[in-house]
Amino acid sequence: MAVEFLDIGGAHDGPESGGGGGSPATVATAGPQAPRPAGSGPPEDRGSGGPAPKVVTTRHPGRWVTAAAVVVLLAMAASALITNPAWEWEVVGEFLFAPSVLRAVVFTLELTALGIGFGFLLGTVLALMRMSANPLLSSVAWGYIALFRSIPLILQLLFWYNLALLYPRLSFGLPFGPSFFDIGTMDLIGPVTAAALGLALHQAAYAAEIVRAGLLSVDHGQREAAAALGIPRSRQLFRIILPQAMRSIVPTAGNEIIGLVKGTSVVYIMALPELFYQVQVIYNRNGRVIALLLVATIWYLVMTTVLSVVQHYLERHYGKGRA
Amino acid sequence: MSAAMVDLRDVHKSFGSLEVLRGVDLQVAPGEVTVVIGPSGSGKSTLLRTVNHLEKVNSGSISVDGELVGYRRIGDRLHELPEREILRQRTKIGFVFQNFNLFPHLTVRQNVTEAPLAAQRRPRAEVEELAARLLERVGLAGKAGAYPRQLSGGQQQRVAIARALALEPKVILFDEPTSALDPELVGEVLDVVKDLARSGTTMIVVTHEIGFAREVADTVVFMDEGRIVERGSPAQVLDSPRHERTRLFLSKVL
Repeated sequence: MAVEFLDIGGAHDGPESGGGGGSPATVATAGPQAPRPAGSGPPEDRGSGGPAPKVVTTRHPGRWVTAAAVVVLLAMAASALITNPAWEWEVVGEFLFAPSVLRAVVFTLELTALGIGFGFLLGTVLALMRMSANPLLSSVAWGYIALFRSIPLILQLLFWYNLALLYPRLSFGLPFGPSFFDIGTMDLIGPVTAAALGLALHQAAYAAEIVRAGLLSVDHGQREAAAALGIPRSRQLFRIILPQAMRSIVPTAGNEIIGLVKGTSVVYIMALPELFYQVQVIYNRNGRVIALLLVATIWYLVMTTVLSVVQHYLERHYGKGRA
Repeated sequence: MSAAMVDLRDVHKSFGSLEVLRGVDLQVAPGEVTVVIGPSGSGKSTLLRTVNHLEKVNSGSISVDGELVGYRRIGDRLHELPEREILRQRTKIGFVFQNFNLFPHLTVRQNVTEAPLAAQRRPRAEVEELAARLLERVGLAGKAGAYPRQLSGGQQQRVAIARALALEPKVILFDEPTSALDPELVGEVLDVVKDLARSGTTMIVVTHEIGFAREVADTVVFMDEGRIVERGSPAQVLDSPRHERTRLFLSKVL
C-alpha cells in the first residue's frame, strides 16, 4: 500500500522535485524493509535462513462500505415492490400461468426461433456473398444489408402484411417465362408467415455482419493450413473456420436473440397473439394494466434468462481448446 | 523429363511491382534433403509456397513427382487448374508452417486425422492407427487428447509435422520450422526433422539454422534477391562459398 502510494506521488511530483529521482529511492529502501523479520540477514540469506515472509493481501474497506450501501438500496426497492398493493401481485399470480398467456409465450418463442433460424441462415449466406471474390455477389449482399438495416422493423412488417395489396397473386415459373402455378398471396403469406418473414429478413441483415465479423476474426493461417492439407473447400469452412468464428459470433448472436425475444413484441401491430399483444387483450378486458404488464415482464425475464444460460454453455463449447 | 521429385523451371513471381522470384531453377531428387538459406526477403519462403501453389507464379513451371502443380499445359500456355484439382495435388505435398497453424479447436489426434479423413477419404480406423503411430514417432504418444494450446511451441510444431506426414506426401516443405520457437525448444523439432531426413523423406527446408543445414542437407541452396546465388553440398556452400554474397551472409549468421 505504502509503496504504491509513494510511487504514484513520485510520478506526480516529478517536475517539481527534480525528476522524481528521490521518490524511487525512498521506495527502494522502504520496500524490502517492511516485510523483513527483524534481525534477519541481508536479502541473499533470506531463502536459506529465517522463515519465508508471509504475504498479506491488501484490505479493501471501501468495498465493504459500497456493498452495504447497495444491499440497503436493494432492500428498499424490494420493499417498494412488495408492500405497495398497486402492483396487484395476486392478479399477477392469477394470470402468470393462464392458458392464453402460456400459449402466447410459446408463440413468442416460435417467432423468435423462426426469425433467428432463418435470419442466421440467410445471414450466413449473405456474409459469404459479401466476402466472395465475385463483385456482383458482394455488392448485392452489401445492398441487402444496407437496405434492411435502414428500414424500421415495424414498417417492414406492415409491408409484408399488406403484400397482397401490391401483388394479389404470386406465380411460380421460369423468370419472365411461363408460369407453372399461381396462388393467392393471402393464402401463401398469412399474418404468421408475414411476421416470421419480416423478422427473419430483418435479422438476416444483422446476422450477416455478425457472421462476417466472426469469419474475419479467424487467423488467415488457419485457412492456409487447411488449404495446404488439401481439405475440400466446404469442409474448410464448416470444420475449420466456422467453429473458430463461433467464438466471436456467439456472444453477439446471443445479444441479437435476446433482442429478438423482446423485438417480437412489435408484431402486436399485426394482431398476432404473442405475449405483449395477449396481455393487452387481457388488460383491455379487466383493466388490471400494471399487473398484466408485470406478467409480460416476468415472462420476458424468464425467457432471456434461460437464453443467457444456454449462451453460457455454447460459449464454453466453442471455447474448448482455449485454456 | 527429369527424374526429380520436385522440379522448378525459371519461376518468376511478383507482388505488385516487387519481383520476389526472378527466375528460379531447382531440382530435388527423390529422398534428397535440400536446405534453402538466405537473408530475409530473399524469396525463400515465397519459393516454398509456390511449390504447393499457396502462391501463384507469374511464369515458369513447377512439378512434383512428374505432375505440374496448379496448372495444366495446353500448347505453350499454362492454365490454372480448378481448386478441387489443386487441393488433390496438395495432398502429395506436406507443408509445415513457421507458426504451426494447428487447428486450436481440435485435439492433437483430430489435427492429425483431419486431412486423411477429409481430403483422402481413408477409413477412420486406419487413419486413427496411423495418427497414433505418427504421434509416437514425433514423441507425443501421450498427447493425442490434448488441445494445441496446452502444448509447448516445440510440441505444437511436432504435431504439425505429424499432421503433414499423415497424408503420406511425396515431399515435405518446411517453412522456417523453428523460427517461432524459444531457443531451448529448437532442438526437439530439429531432431524430428533429422529423423525424417535419415528415413529418406524428400524435403525442402527453409531455415536459419546453419548447423542443422550442415548436418542433414544433401544440397544447400543460398538465395538472395529472388535468385539462387549458389548451390552445392553443405561443405561447398557453407565452408568454402564461391560468391561474395554467400560469404557475407554466412559471416553474419555464423
